[in-house]
Amino acid sequence: MSELSPFLLYFVAALLVAFTRGLPRQVILLATPVVTGLHLWLNIELGTTVTHAVMSYELITLRVDKLSLLFGYLFCIASFIAGIFSLHVKDTKQHVAGVMYAGSALGAVFAGDLITLFIFWELLAISSVFLIWARGTERALKAGMRYLVFQVLSGVLLLAGALVYFHDSGSLAFDHIGLEAGVAGWLIFIAFGIKSAFPFLHSWLTDGYPEATVTGTVFLSAFTTKVAVYALARGFAGEEILVYIGVTMACFPIFYAVIENDLRKVLAYSLINQVGFMVTGIGIGTALALNGAIAHAFSDVIFKGLLFMTMGAVLYRAGNINGSDLGGLYKSMPKTTVLCIIGALSISAFPLFSGFVSKSMVMTALMHEDYGYLWLFMLFASAGVFHHAGIKIPYFAFFAHDSGIRTEEAPRNMLIAMTIAAVLCIFIGTQPQYLYALLPWEVKYWPYDVTHVLAQLQLLFFSALAFVWLNKKGLYPPELPSVNLDMEWFYRKLMPVGAQQTVAFLRRAKMSALSVVTAPMQGVQTEFAKSSVAKYYLSESWPTGSMVFWISAILAAFLVLDAFG
Amino acid sequence: MSDEKEKIYLFDRPENIERLLKGFYLICILLVLADFVIHRHIGFGWEEMPAFYALYGFAACVVLVVIAKKMRNVVMRKEDYYDE
Repeated sequence: MSELSPFLLYFVAALLVAFTRGLPRQVILLATPVVTGLHLWLNIELGTTVTHAVMSYELITLRVDKLSLLFGYLFCIASFIAGIFSLHVKDTKQHVAGVMYAGSALGAVFAGDLITLFIFWELLAISSVFLIWARGTERALKAGMRYLVFQVLSGVLLLAGALVYFHDSGSLAFDHIGLEAGVAGWLIFIAFGIKSAFPFLHSWLTDGYPEATVTGTVFLSAFTTKVAVYALARGFAGEEILVYIGVTMACFPIFYAVIENDLRKVLAYSLINQVGFMVTGIGIGTALALNGAIAHAFSDVIFKGLLFMTMGAVLYRAGNINGSDLGGLYKSMPKTTVLCIIGALSISAFPLFSGFVSKSMVMTALMHEDYGYLWLFMLFASAGVFHHAGIKIPYFAFFAHDSGIRTEEAPRNMLIAMTIAAVLCIFIGTQPQYLYALLPWEVKYWPYDVTHVLAQLQLLFFSALAFVWLNKKGLYPPELPSVNLDMEWFYRKLMPVGAQQTVAFLRRAKMSALSVVTAPMQGVQTEFAKSSVAKYYLSESWPTGSMVFWISAILAAFLVLDAFG
Repeated sequence: MSDEKEKIYLFDRPENIERLLKGFYLICILLVLADFVIHRHIGFGWEEMPAFYALYGFAACVVLVVIAKKMRNVVMRKEDYYDE
């Protein structure tokens, strides 16, 4: 039993979900993560590896250490919560995709070699895109296609990198790779980078996630980027370039988040910002920083899931998720409001909430390694998170001006799922020792001391004060129905428009080239027609028919001469 | 569903918003005062400045919003921009 790979339980469950309806299906949806979680907890031991020989390669489908096990627990919790949240959904496609997707994430984190990782990497891509397509709109269909192109590209790069790596080192083992592995290292690094939404490679996330279904986005937010964070922590810990990439990721999306109108897209930008903290931690590479990155991935899946759930509930009830059209929903959805505020406090790293105990590890590690200016940037990003995710999301959805929308509280299953996530946020925030005990590296760290709490409270309260002040002064940018140009502009506008322009240009070039050739010919003809020779019969232009007739006559004459000659 | 029948909610009363804000300002003041009473550990030189985190948090958010507003001039398009 201890050698059973957890993803198998999910894949079998996906099959069962496809053929059941109603209560049995709901039982399977909820039992799968629970059974898998218990299996990980009770049966699977650290150090277990399961290998299969396929042709001449050794594929490792199960490699258990503290790092993979922590992500295993996390993905079971995430799929359990998302499962409850989507229990009311009747669409079979979405349920199968959700279970397959979570199973693929488990497969990827327990994969011990690059080929197995690649297989689950692609399964993640293919299963998740159905959560976008299931929305059923034209927009979702197109956004899903663009999302899939990025995801598959990431897979192709991973496979190419794996093959080069095998060629160079003779090994397919997925351990520390590092950029010193040359071309192979870079190929794999960029493959991981696409899935972790590195700057310039991030637009699949902000483009795709807001188009997914109400429940689909909750699944999406949990798995893809966190598998990538896991992969970076395993393969590229301590690569200094990641520190700079991570700081950029933490900083640039918050500007977009401030002016974005679609509140689920605000959360998508804030997801990149949070992954930035993890990537920075991985780049620093000390035990404290790596633990911080992993711990932050753990808390992020839960609080970001909670925030996406509350916004999903709003979209489900109000039928709209644009900040410009919402407001005053605390009157009809008071419970969702409270749960959203708990998520907002957690992502903002308020003391006693989960973000505080994990993000502070990365910040402290930056300080220990003396990254002074980068630390200031990250502090800026921390204040910015509170601004856009902590205040803007709850404020524009539930408070602000009363939009007049009166609706019902979120359905019961959604409330239960959100409550579980909220309780976990507070539990991790107040009892961090349990999360710390699961972390892969041995570090003594405790987030609650006077300095830390006071500094963080000052930072957050004065960020809030800035919001209040800007609002009172009327300086705060209003929510406007709009889109903001981002990286996707290059392939959604520049390339199509560029292609059209090129075709139009070539057509014009062809016309002018033709006229260059035909105009002199016509000129010669008109000149010839004016000349005195033109009046003779033979100089006229003949119809093709008469030409064919005369050629036939000549050929016939030749035939006759030949017959008698 | 006429307006008269609807219940008055918590933040429909301006005095409640006033109370909330007053409490909030009070906490802000106390937090700054705390900086003069409690000694923080210092990691970087600039942390020695009294109320460093408060000032930084406030300034960071104002800068964030001002730049983001300016960004709108460059990046903002109509909602159906990509559908054309």
